[in-house]
Amino acid sequence: MDKNCYAIELKGITKRFGPVTANDGIDLGLRRGEILALLGENGSGKTTLMNMLSGIYLPDEGQILADGHTISIRSPKDAYAHGIGMIHQHYKLVDVFTAAENIVLGMEDEKKLDIKKANAKVREICGRYGFDIDPEKKVYDMSVSEKQTVEIVKVLYRGAEILILDEPTAVLTPQETERLFAVLRNMRDDDKAIVMITHKLNEVMAISDKVAVLRKGKYIGTVATAETNPQALTDMMVGRAVTLNIDRPLNQNQTERLRVSGLSCYDHEHVKKLDGVSFTAMGGEILGVAGIAGSGQKELLESIAGLCPIAEGSIRYLAPEGGEDELVGRTPMQIRKKGVSLAFIPEDRLGMGLVGSMGMTGNMMLRSWRRGGGPFVKRKPPRDLANKVLNELEVVTPGIEFPVRKLSGGNVQKVLVGREIASSPTVLMTAYAVRGLDINTSYTIYNLMTEQKMQGTAVIFVGEDLDVLLELCDRILVLCGGRVSGIVDARRATKEEIGLLMTSVGGKEEA
Amino acid sequence: MDEKTKTPLLRLAKRSSFPKPAAWAIRVGSILFALLLGCVAILLTGNSPFKAYATMINGALGSKVYLQQTVKKAVPLLGCALAIAPCFKMRFWNIGAEGQITAGALAATFVARTFTGKLPSLPLLLLMAAGAILGGGLWALIPAFFKAKWNTNETLFTLMMNYIIIGVVAWLQAGPWEAQQGRIAQFDASAQLPKVLGVHCGWIIVLVLVLLVHIYMRHTKQGYEIAVIGDSMRTAQYAGMNVGRIMMRTMFLSGAISGLVGFIIAAGANHTLAKEIAGGVGFTSITVAWLSQLNAFAMIAISMMLGILTKGADTLQTAMSVPAAISDIIIGLLLFCMLGCEFFINYRLILRKKTGKGGAAV
Repeated sequence: MDKNCYAIELKGITKRFGPVTANDGIDLGLRRGEILALLGENGSGKTTLMNMLSGIYLPDEGQILADGHTISIRSPKDAYAHGIGMIHQHYKLVDVFTAAENIVLGMEDEKKLDIKKANAKVREICGRYGFDIDPEKKVYDMSVSEKQTVEIVKVLYRGAEILILDEPTAVLTPQETERLFAVLRNMRDDDKAIVMITHKLNEVMAISDKVAVLRKGKYIGTVATAETNPQALTDMMVGRAVTLNIDRPLNQNQTERLRVSGLSCYDHEHVKKLDGVSFTAMGGEILGVAGIAGSGQKELLESIAGLCPIAEGSIRYLAPEGGEDELVGRTPMQIRKKGVSLAFIPEDRLGMGLVGSMGMTGNMMLRSWRRGGGPFVKRKPPRDLANKVLNELEVVTPGIEFPVRKLSGGNVQKVLVGREIASSPTVLMTAYAVRGLDINTSYTIYNLMTEQKMQGTAVIFVGEDLDVLLELCDRILVLCGGRVSGIVDARRATKEEIGLLMTSVGGKEEA
Repeated sequence: MDEKTKTPLLRLAKRSSFPKPAAWAIRVGSILFALLLGCVAILLTGNSPFKAYATMINGALGSKVYLQQTVKKAVPLLGCALAIAPCFKMRFWNIGAEGQITAGALAATFVARTFTGKLPSLPLLLLMAAGAILGGGLWALIPAFFKAKWNTNETLFTLMMNYIIIGVVAWLQAGPWEAQQGRIAQFDASAQLPKVLGVHCGWIIVLVLVLLVHIYMRHTKQGYEIAVIGDSMRTAQYAGMNVGRIMMRTMFLSGAISGLVGFIIAAGANHTLAKEIAGGVGFTSITVAWLSQLNAFAMIAISMMLGILTKGADTLQTAMSVPAAISDIIIGLLLFCMLGCEFFINYRLILRKKTGKGGAAV
C-alpha cells in the first residue's frame, strides 16, 4: 500500500503513565475523505492516543508521520501547524464571549482583531458544512450542542484538515446526534480526515467508513464498517463474545417508598435547577432518570439526600414497616438518625462519595465512623466490611489500606457501591453509576442494582445511555430543564420517544 | 517541518511507586546537597566550610549548656508545628500561629499579673496555662467562624490577625503594663516554669503533646473528620459531617496549642511578655510541619535540626565572626532542597536520548 496516502500515520506509539501502559505500540493510519471511528471501552487508551496527536502528551516511543514525513507534535500549536485539531469532551469556551470571539481567541496571525471579518469567515464555514450557529450569540445563551458546534468551527477556522472528536455524542440527544453526523459527512466530502472517538456501536455503524479498535491499550485491528456488525465489533472490543442483554425480572411486590411533590431548588447563582418535580419511587423497582447533562439530575438526588437546599416542595419517605417522614429541611445526619436507610452513589465518586487519600477501610468508615461510644474510632468493623467488599466484588487493589484514589475507575466504583449496598438501603440512588467502567464491571453494577430491586429497595438510576436505561429500568423519568417532561414505561418506550421528551418541555431546548 | 523531529531535552514522568529506602536516601542526599551548597556561601565569607560546620555542630551540641540552649530553641517550634498540623491536615491554611502564640502569652501574662502573690506557684502556672489555651483558642476561632459562616479566605484572615494582636501587645507594653523603658515587668519566680535537666519544663509538655496529637489525628473520630474534610469537603458533607462546626473546633484546638506554646515561651524562656514574643516561630513551624509531612514524631527531628542550625549559627557569629545570617542562608538552602527533593521522589526526569526508549532516571 502506498504510504503517502495517509494524512497521518502512527507507528508503534507507546505511552506509559507510571505502571500503566495506556498505549502499547499502536499503529494507525488516517486518510483524507474518510471517517474513522476509534472504538474501545473506557480506559482502552483512545483519548490518550488522540491527545498525542493534538499535542497534549508526548509519546514515550514510536513515530508520528504526516504525509510520510516524521513529525514531532509538542504542543497544540504544533498540532495546528500540521493541520490537526481536536474537539475535546469538555468544551473550553469563554461564557461571556460570542461564538466568533471564542473562535478567534488565541490566534496570533493578525495584528488587529477584525470581528466583522471573523464573523463573516465563521458564517462562510457554517454555510459550507451546514452548521447552524449565529457568530454573534454569546456562549452562555447556547445549548450544549451549539457549544460543540463552536468548538468544531474553531478547529476548522484554524485550517484543520484532520479533525479528532472525543465522544462528541455523549451530551447530545438522538436528534442532535443526527445533525452532527450530517455535518461530519459534509466535512468528509470536503476531503477532511475525521476521527471520532466513541464506544457506542450504533453510532460507529451509522457514521464511520472504517473502525479501528483498541483494547486495554493495544491496537486490535481496523475493519471497514460495511464489512462488520455490532456483535463482531463487540467481540473485538472486549476480546471475547459477550451477550448484550441485561436481565430484567419483575418484582411483583412493589410498595410506595418515596413521594416527591412540587420540588424546586436553586443553585448558588439563583438559577432554578429543579422546577416543580413530582414523582413516586416504588420499593422493588428501578426508576431510571434520563435527561441531557445538567437538566437537574444532580440536584434531584442531592435534594433527596439532604445535600441541596430546597426552595419548595416535599419529599415524603414511606418506611417499609409503616409510617411516614418528611425529608425536606433535614441534614444527611438527621435523615440517617430518623432510621431512613438511604444509599447514594454520587456522580463524583472521589470528590463526594469517597476519601481518595484513604484506603478501603477508611472509606467504609465514612458511613460508620460515629458508631460506638467514646472519642476513638472503631477500625475493626470497617476493616471487616472492606475485606467483604474486596472479596465479593473482586476489587483489585494492593491492599485494603491502599489509597482508593490510585485504583482504577472500576475498582473505585466497586468500593463505593459495595459500601452503599452494605447498609441494606431502602432507597438506593445512583448517578452515572457505570460511567468510565468497562463492560464487565458495568454488568456487575447492573446486576447489583437488579438484586437490590428484587430485595425491595427503591432504586433511582440516573443514566446517560438510553439503551441501558431502556433495558435495565422499570420506569424512566425524563427531566428537561429541571422539570419532569414525562414518566414512561421502560418496557414499552422507544429511544426516540425519550429523546423527544429530553428536549421538549415548555419550549425550552436546553437546561 | 522535518527539522522538528526532536523531542524536548527534558521531560517529566510521574513515578508509579518508589521504594521507601531509596526515597529516604534521596531525602538524606538532599540534606547533604544543601550543606554542600552552604559551603559555597561560607567560602564567600572567606572561611573554611569544614571549620564553620564543625563550629556550628560544636556550638549546638558540644556541651551540656549548648545542648540545653538548642533544645530551648526547638521546643516552641515543635509545639507550634503540632498546633498547626490539624489545620493543615484539614487544608485550612492557618498562618496565624504567630498571633495565636502572642494571644496565649498575653492571656498568661494577664493571669500572672492578676494572681501573682494570691496563689501558690503550681495553681498559678496551671491557671496561666488555662488562660493561654483559652486566649489562643479564641483568637483562632475568629477567622474559623468567618470562614464557616461566610467562607472568607482563612489565609489572609489569619495573617492579618497576627498584626492586630501584636499591635495590642505593643500598646500594653508601652502603655498600661509598662514597667520601665517600654518593657513589661519580669514575672515573679512563682509564675516561671520550673527547670528539668537545665531546661524549662516546656520540653516535657511538648513531648507529651507529640503523643497526644498523634493519637488525636490517627485514632479519634475527630481526627477522622479532619482527614475527610482535608480530602474533600463535599465528601464530608455527604457523610453527614457538619463541616463548619468541625472547622471551628479544629481551629480552636490549633489556637489553644499555639496559645500554650505562647505560655511556655513567656513563662519558661522569656519570663515576660513583649511584642516580639513569637519571634517568627509561627511561621518557621509551618516549615517544620510541612517537612515532617504532618507526622508528629518526625516533627521532633525536624524542629531539633532547625534548633541546631540556629544555635550553631549564633556560635559561628561569635567564634568566627561569620554573620549569623549565614544560618538563614543554610536553613533556606535546606528547606529548598528538602522540599524540592519530594519532586524527584514523585517524578522522574527523562533526558532526550538519541536512540529510542527510556531515559536516565534522576
